[in-house]
Amino acid sequence: MQRFSSIGWFADIGLADRPSVGGKGGSLGELARAGISVPPGFVVRTAAFERFLEALERERPVRAAVAALDPDDLAAIATCSGALRARVEGAVLPDDIRDAILAAYEELVRGVPDAAVAVRSSATTEDSEDASFAGLQDTYLWTKGAAETLRKVQSCWASLYSVPSIAYRRKHDLPEAGVAMGVVVQLMVDARSAGVMFTRSPTTGDRTVVTIESSWGLGSAIVGGEVTPDRFVISKITDEIAARDVSLKLAQHLPADEGGVRDAAVPEAMQRAPSLSDSELVELVAIAKRVERHYGRPQDIEWAIARHASGTDAIFLLQSRPETVWAARDGAPVAKPAVRPMDHVLNIFGGRR
Amino acid sequence: MNIQPKPKAFPLPSQVKLVKGTERAQAMYPYFMQFTRADDERFWFYNAMHFPEPMPAFDTVTGEAAYHALGAFNTRVHVLPTVLGIDQRIVNGRVYIGGNAVTDPKEIERRTAEFQQRAFYYYEHWEDLYANWRRKMAALIEEAQAIPTPDLPEFDPLEASHSGRGIASNHFVLTAYHKTLDGYFRMWQHHFEFLLLGYGAYLTFFDFCKKAFPEITDQTIARMVAGMDAEMFRPDDELKKLARKAVELDLDSKFVEGASAEDILKSLEQMGARGKEWLTAFASARDPWFNVGVGDGFYHYHRSWNDDLSIPFSALPGYMRHLREGKSLERPVAALKAEREKIIAEYRAMLNSDEERGAFDQMIGLSHRVFPYVEDHKFYCEHWYTALFFNKIREFGALLAKWNFFADGEDIFQLTRYEVEAALSDLMTAWSNGSAPRGPDCWPNIVKERKAALAEWAKHETPPALGPVPEVINDPAIVMLWGITADNLNAWLNADSLADTGEIRGFAASSGVVEGIARVVKTVDEIARLQEGDILVCHVTNPSWAPIFRKIRAAVSDIGGSMSHAAIVAREYGLPAVVGTGTATQKIKDGQRIRVDGARGVVTIL
Repeated sequence: MQRFSSIGWFADIGLADRPSVGGKGGSLGELARAGISVPPGFVVRTAAFERFLEALERERPVRAAVAALDPDDLAAIATCSGALRARVEGAVLPDDIRDAILAAYEELVRGVPDAAVAVRSSATTEDSEDASFAGLQDTYLWTKGAAETLRKVQSCWASLYSVPSIAYRRKHDLPEAGVAMGVVVQLMVDARSAGVMFTRSPTTGDRTVVTIESSWGLGSAIVGGEVTPDRFVISKITDEIAARDVSLKLAQHLPADEGGVRDAAVPEAMQRAPSLSDSELVELVAIAKRVERHYGRPQDIEWAIARHASGTDAIFLLQSRPETVWAARDGAPVAKPAVRPMDHVLNIFGGRR
Repeated sequence: MNIQPKPKAFPLPSQVKLVKGTERAQAMYPYFMQFTRADDERFWFYNAMHFPEPMPAFDTVTGEAAYHALGAFNTRVHVLPTVLGIDQRIVNGRVYIGGNAVTDPKEIERRTAEFQQRAFYYYEHWEDLYANWRRKMAALIEEAQAIPTPDLPEFDPLEASHSGRGIASNHFVLTAYHKTLDGYFRMWQHHFEFLLLGYGAYLTFFDFCKKAFPEITDQTIARMVAGMDAEMFRPDDELKKLARKAVELDLDSKFVEGASAEDILKSLEQMGARGKEWLTAFASARDPWFNVGVGDGFYHYHRSWNDDLSIPFSALPGYMRHLREGKSLERPVAALKAEREKIIAEYRAMLNSDEERGAFDQMIGLSHRVFPYVEDHKFYCEHWYTALFFNKIREFGALLAKWNFFADGEDIFQLTRYEVEAALSDLMTAWSNGSAPRGPDCWPNIVKERKAALAEWAKHETPPALGPVPEVINDPAIVMLWGITADNLNAWLNADSLADTGEIRGFAASSGVVEGIARVVKTVDEIARLQEGDILVCHVTNPSWAPIFRKIRAAVSDIGGSMSHAAIVAREYGLPAVVGTGTATQKIKDGQRIRVDGARGVVTIL
């Protein structure tokens, strides 16, 4: 019998493994393999979720209960969701899965003082072409200790049965059998600054620039819309900083002593200061270009800069997924070759602008 | 009653008040340059780029000649489909200009057919026609140099009498004056023979880049097109060569900072063979490369390096110090070229399709073909010929001064070109008849009054624009050279509200962020006040200012687009620059600390 494997380390997985590790896990593994710095970690494979779910199904149906729901009956969805989440969070993990996660966890945090990990959902349909599915499942930042990590893994699994997640799958008629979840467990970066970057302008679709949004502390403050980030537009070709809008940043997310994330005020001196230096901008752009080249298409990237490190060692990527909005819009060429080069000047002189 | 908030607008021409006591001076400008009521219907902007100071009477000849030529080539020669010529008006000594557009679709269509027969011929035969242009300009310069100095001897030369010339000396005063004017008007015709077609090709490429790469900066597009060997860099390059030569010959101790050019030249003459070698190199460099004007516009008093060696000589000690310290003065031309090719290739690769790449290749190819003219004509027209012309007029000034028409030959520039002809006719009459000329009783008071008016006008700020703001500005020259777009005008209109934040916006001309002390330089005479590390704030700059770009940390100008001198030179020197701010010289006070963000086009008063 083939030995069952619950764990996949980033170094051993890639995009091709998405069915077995989920989109986020596959993407992080792919980045790590491409030599791009990501916080070390592993994925609890979807197979572990399947095994866990089988045990639940034997008690009472799970998938069938979801599949039977009417997408428009939110009340029924809510009732079903509450029951399923409680079951998933309350069930006992099979011993072998539990042991495998604990062993991997111990290996991950070995030698790291006061280690904290992020426990992130990595659903199989997530981060694929269908980007809007992303973000429906939960992520737990700054989780401390083995027991808490195990609990959060189950919480991630349970988030597959959250109201919005079920509603989305029902609305798009996604088969429950095809829905599985991997869970990423990786070391947290104590971010001084964090944010997102787009290897093509989110506002104009321009492929020649990288747009970087950045704020103080953990990136969750930006993703959650709690702060207006600084915004920089940098040419991929000339490295010229074409736009630099430094915003007033009042809030930040910082790690809480007891674990998890707390809201904190940004000290006054930092509120109007740029959250990235020019050299950090240049380094981020270089990384963005590498990632885009690796994937062969524009990417949306989450990144963080560690508080107690410097230079290139300080920058970590937390996520990279294909840009989908502009990719769908690319259409007619801006101009076509003319019979003679000078025919083009009529665009200016002929008033046909 | 429905009360609408009054939209922000520039004053109407009729609302501009003449400065008190200058009414008679205002009347010196030809009637067709005076504002009328009908002009209230049109949009005008202050041409501070070419005429940043109040206009002396004679100097208005430049506007006349230039706008004749520009309009003729647009309207009648190349027959641009949508763009005609530019009208000018002068009030309080300030030149306002307004473009004429064609909007009727039928007329545009008719003109387009003409344009394709005419302008397309130019694009097709560009290199040949441009080679021909260079020959024409060389001949024109030679002709101007051959015009004899006007002279009225007591008796006509004996040989003229014996050869049966049959024409007396007074007539040659008139012909020399006519030839001088004729040459200047012809030079301006040549100037506009290619210019708008060149700008049009560039703007076409610019427009394409803005659509294909919406976030691209103007300066990056300019970098893809600009040449590295442009002749406008040549005077500065020649100066560097002379600095190198002095160091090689171990003569640099003679170039004492603060010493006059005259004293330095004298001391070199006493240095024997070494001195002679340098002086020979100097003589060959200055003809023609020192025929570069030091001014920021077209004024008789902005002399060329040749006429006033103080600017080039003040740059020499610094260049020599650099060389002695082992630093290079060379512009890294090969590296700049390689960089340009790399940028072009990378943008090209980012296009969406081979179709777009095909169009890109055609447009940038055309831009590269036409651009040498756009960059190089300035040296021959605006600098060399213009210096020659004003010096020729000085010879007539000297003649009139000799006959006591005024105290100083320079006073001739207080007369319009028409009045000069009248004064010369007066003199010709007096010389021929043996009577006294009337001019000495007439001109001195007028000259005095006009000089006072010019000084008074210079003290008054003038609005950056007049009349209703047009919805679109489709004149390539206006957009590119003056940096005037509908957006820009709105920014100028809102300059007051921006003043609260201490921010002034303009064209992002050369990237980088720098803070420093602002040195507001309103006229070329003030250049000397610039100190190492200052930020230059000026109306507009000129290629001959290049040596001072080594001194300053950043440049800000009222006027100019992404291809203006300040922008090009700043990029070349790697200095942050914001151009086309409209009001920087008014808003920023000398000595204030400012931040220049050349990538965003924002200047902040700190």
